[in-house]
Amino acid sequence: MRVRTLAAVLLTGALALTACGKEGSPTDQGAPAGLFEVAKDVKVDGSPTFEKAKARGNLVIGVKEDQPGLGYKDPTTNKYSGFDIDIARLVSAKLGFDPEKIQFKTIQSAAREQALINGDVDYYVGTYTINAGRKEKVGFAGPYFVAGQDLLVKKDNTDITGPETLKGKKVCSVTGSTPIKQIREKGYTEPENILEFQGYSQCVTKLLNGEADAVTTDDAILKGYAAAEEGKLKVVGKTFSKEPYGIGLPKEDKALRDKVNDILQGALDDGTWQKIYDGTLGKSGSKAQKPTIDRY
Amino acid sequence: MSVLTNHLDLFLYTFGQTLQLFAISAVLSLVLGTILAALRVSPVPVFRGIGATYVTVLRNTPLTLVFVFFVFAYPLLEIVKIEPYTAAVVSLSLYTAAFVCEVVRSGINTVPVGQAEASRALGLTFTQMLGNVVLPQALRSVVPPMTSTMIALLKNTTVASGFAVVQAGSIRDSLSEAGENVLFGLLWVAIGFVILVMPLTYVQQVFEKRWSVAR
Amino acid sequence: MSMVLFDVPGPKARVRHKIMAVVGIAVALAAVVYVVMRFIATDQFSARRLDWINYKQIQLSLVEAIGNTLSAFALGAVLALVFGAIFAAARLSDHGWVRAPAAVIVEIFRAIPLVIMMFFFYYGLPVAGVKLSAFTAVVISLMLYNGSVLAEIFRAGINALPRGQSEAAYALGMRKTQVMMLVLLPQALRAMLPTIISQLVVLLKDTALGFLITYEELLRWGTRIGNDAVNFGRPMIPVMIVVALIYIGLCLLLTWLANYLEKRNRRNKKVIHTDDDAAAQVQLGAASTAVGGGLTV
Repeated sequence: MRVRTLAAVLLTGALALTACGKEGSPTDQGAPAGLFEVAKDVKVDGSPTFEKAKARGNLVIGVKEDQPGLGYKDPTTNKYSGFDIDIARLVSAKLGFDPEKIQFKTIQSAAREQALINGDVDYYVGTYTINAGRKEKVGFAGPYFVAGQDLLVKKDNTDITGPETLKGKKVCSVTGSTPIKQIREKGYTEPENILEFQGYSQCVTKLLNGEADAVTTDDAILKGYAAAEEGKLKVVGKTFSKEPYGIGLPKEDKALRDKVNDILQGALDDGTWQKIYDGTLGKSGSKAQKPTIDRY
Repeated sequence: MSVLTNHLDLFLYTFGQTLQLFAISAVLSLVLGTILAALRVSPVPVFRGIGATYVTVLRNTPLTLVFVFFVFAYPLLEIVKIEPYTAAVVSLSLYTAAFVCEVVRSGINTVPVGQAEASRALGLTFTQMLGNVVLPQALRSVVPPMTSTMIALLKNTTVASGFAVVQAGSIRDSLSEAGENVLFGLLWVAIGFVILVMPLTYVQQVFEKRWSVAR
Repeated sequence: MSMVLFDVPGPKARVRHKIMAVVGIAVALAAVVYVVMRFIATDQFSARRLDWINYKQIQLSLVEAIGNTLSAFALGAVLALVFGAIFAAARLSDHGWVRAPAAVIVEIFRAIPLVIMMFFFYYGLPVAGVKLSAFTAVVISLMLYNGSVLAEIFRAGINALPRGQSEAAYALGMRKTQVMMLVLLPQALRAMLPTIISQLVVLLKDTALGFLITYEELLRWGTRIGNDAVNFGRPMIPVMIVVALIYIGLCLLLTWLANYLEKRNRRNKKVIHTDDDAAAQVQLGAASTAVGGGLTV
C-alpha cells in the first residue's frame, strides 16, 4: 500500500515537473534554420559513407558541445551552435541533406578517431587539428580554419604576454591534449604547475577563481570563452603554433573527402565562409584569416 | 613488460603519490572519524544528531560528487584557496571519516553493557573503564572492518584521476600522451593495486579468524 | 543508542548535558550560518543562477540523466547478483580446481580499484581493437567489482546456515547443484538481504564514477549545467546541492527498502533462523566485507 502511494506521489511530482517550464534560451544564439541552400540530387561516386547516409536517410555528424562560439550545445534548448556547427550544416546542405535530417552527436576529443573508424559518425567537425599521426587513422578535408595555440588570462593580467612568460605560473588545459603536451615538452612552465582537467570550461572556472594563471589551447576556443565571460578574461593574442582544423572523415573515403573540399572551396570563394565566421567567432572582434584547402 | 620498464620512474612516482595521498587521508579520517564516533555515542542528543546527520549525508553521497564539490564548487565561495591535491585530501578524509565513525561506533556497541557497569561497580574511573575494559574489547571487532575501510580508501585515491591530482590512476594520461600501449599500462596499474591490497586483506582475514573465536 | 559508556545521568549531569547541548547547537548553527553567508556573499542563489530549474529542456535532460544513472545501476545490480551467486557457488565447490580459480578471481577483482577497471574497459581495450561504450564499460566494471563483493557475502551467508539444512537435503537424495540452488542459496539470500541491499547502495553510488569516463549520468549532467557560464553564470553550487539531494534520496530509498524487507523477513516464519553465535559471526563478517568492499565510493 505504502509503496503504491509513494509511486503515485513520485509520478505526480514528475508530471508537475514536466508540465511547467520555460522554452527557448535566455541567450539566443542559434543560427537561423535554413541558412544554407540545400543542394538537389547530389551524387558522390564511390563514397561508401555517403551511400550509407543516403540509405539511412540522415547524416550523423560528430561535434563538440562545450565550446561556446565553436561547438556549443545550449542546455536550455538542446540546440547546437557555433562556427564548427555552421560549417557542418553548410557541408550537409551541399551534400543534399535537409537541416532536419542532420543528427549531431557529441564526441569527446579522445574518442574522435575511434568514432570515425567505427562509423559511429559520418564526419566530424570539432576543432580537429590535422596532423600526420591522425592522418594515419582518419581522413581530413580542409582545413576550414587555421587556429593557433594561445593563452587565456584574466583581463587585468599584465605579466603573461606569451609562452616565455609562463615560468612559475599555473597553466591549465585538458588532459592529454596537444596544447598541454606542447607546454610540457617545451618546458614553458614547471611540471608541478601544470593543471589538467576533463574540459576547458573546468579550466576557465579555475582561472576565474585564481587557482590557475592561464588556460592554454587554440585561440579559437579561447575566444569563445572570453566572449562568454563578458569582459572578465582576455586572449593574449600571440599564437605559438599552427592548428589547421579539418573535417574528419573515414580514411579510405577519398571521394567524399574531395567532395567536401570542393564544398569548402566554394564557400571560401562565394563569401559564405566569411558570413559564417562573422556570425560566430567574428563576434569576439578579431579578424579572420582565410585558410587554404590542402588536398591530398 | 616494456611499458613498465620504459616508464618505471613514472610508475614508482605515481604509486608513491598514491601512497602519500592514502597515508595523509588515512590519518585525518581516523582522527575525524573517531571524533564523530565520540559524538554519536555521547549522552547529549544534539551531539548524536550532528554525528548522525554527517554520517547519513556523507555515506549516501558518491565520493566523486564530494570531489566535484571541493574542486569545482567550493572555490566559488571564495573562502580559502585550496590546491587540487588539498581538495583531494579533504574529500577523501571527509568521506572516509563517515565510514570510520560507523566502524568505531559499532565496535563500541558490541561491548556488552554489563562490562561497563561492572567496571563502574568496581570503582574504575571513566578513563580506566574506557582504557582498560571497553576499548580493548571494542578493538577486536573494530580492526577487521577498519582494515577494509582503509583498503577501500587506498583504492578510492584513484578517483582523484579526474581532478588534476597525480597518482596511480593518472598513469593512463601520461602513457597515452607518450603514445604508449594504454592497455598494458592499465594492467600494470591493476597489478600494482593487487600487490598493495593483497597483504592487507590477508592481515584482515587473519585478525578476523583469530578474534572472532575470542568472544 | 549505546549506553555502554555512561551511567544514567543524575541531576548534575543533566544540567551539564543541557549546557553542552546549547553549545553544540550554537557551534553547528554558526557553521551553517557561515556557509550560508558565503553563499549569499558570493551570490550563489541569484535569480540567474537558479533560472536553470525553469527550463523544460533542462528538466528533461535531468530526468534523462537520472534514467542513465538508474539504468547503469539496474543492469549492474542484476549482473552483479548473478556473478556473485555463480562465484559464491564456485568457491564452495567440492572440486579444488573450481574453488581455487574462483577464489583468485574474486580476490583480484576486489583488490582492483573500480576506476582502474573502468579505464581499462573504456580506454584500454580499444587498443586491442575492442570498443565498448561508456555505458558498457561502467556496467561491466560494476558487475565484476560488486559481484566479487557479493560472492563473499553469499558465501558467508551459506556458511552460516545450520548444517542440518544441507544434510537433510542430501538425505532426501538431492544432488549437489540442487542442494545449492534449491536449499542453500535461497535461504542465504534471505538471511543476507540487508547486507546485499547495502552493497547495492554502494553500487548505486559507484555509478557516479562513470563521470570519469564521460558516461552521461547524473553527476556529469550536474557539472555540465553547473559550468554553464553562457546562460546561467556557473550555477555549480545550487546544481550540486540538487544532485547531492537526488543521490542521497535514492540511497535512502534503497536503505529504507532494506529495513522494510528485514522487518518483513523477521515476521516471516519460513526463514530458518541461524543459531545466535553463527548469526553474530555472519553479521560481523558481512559488516566488514560490506564496509570494506562497500567503501569504494
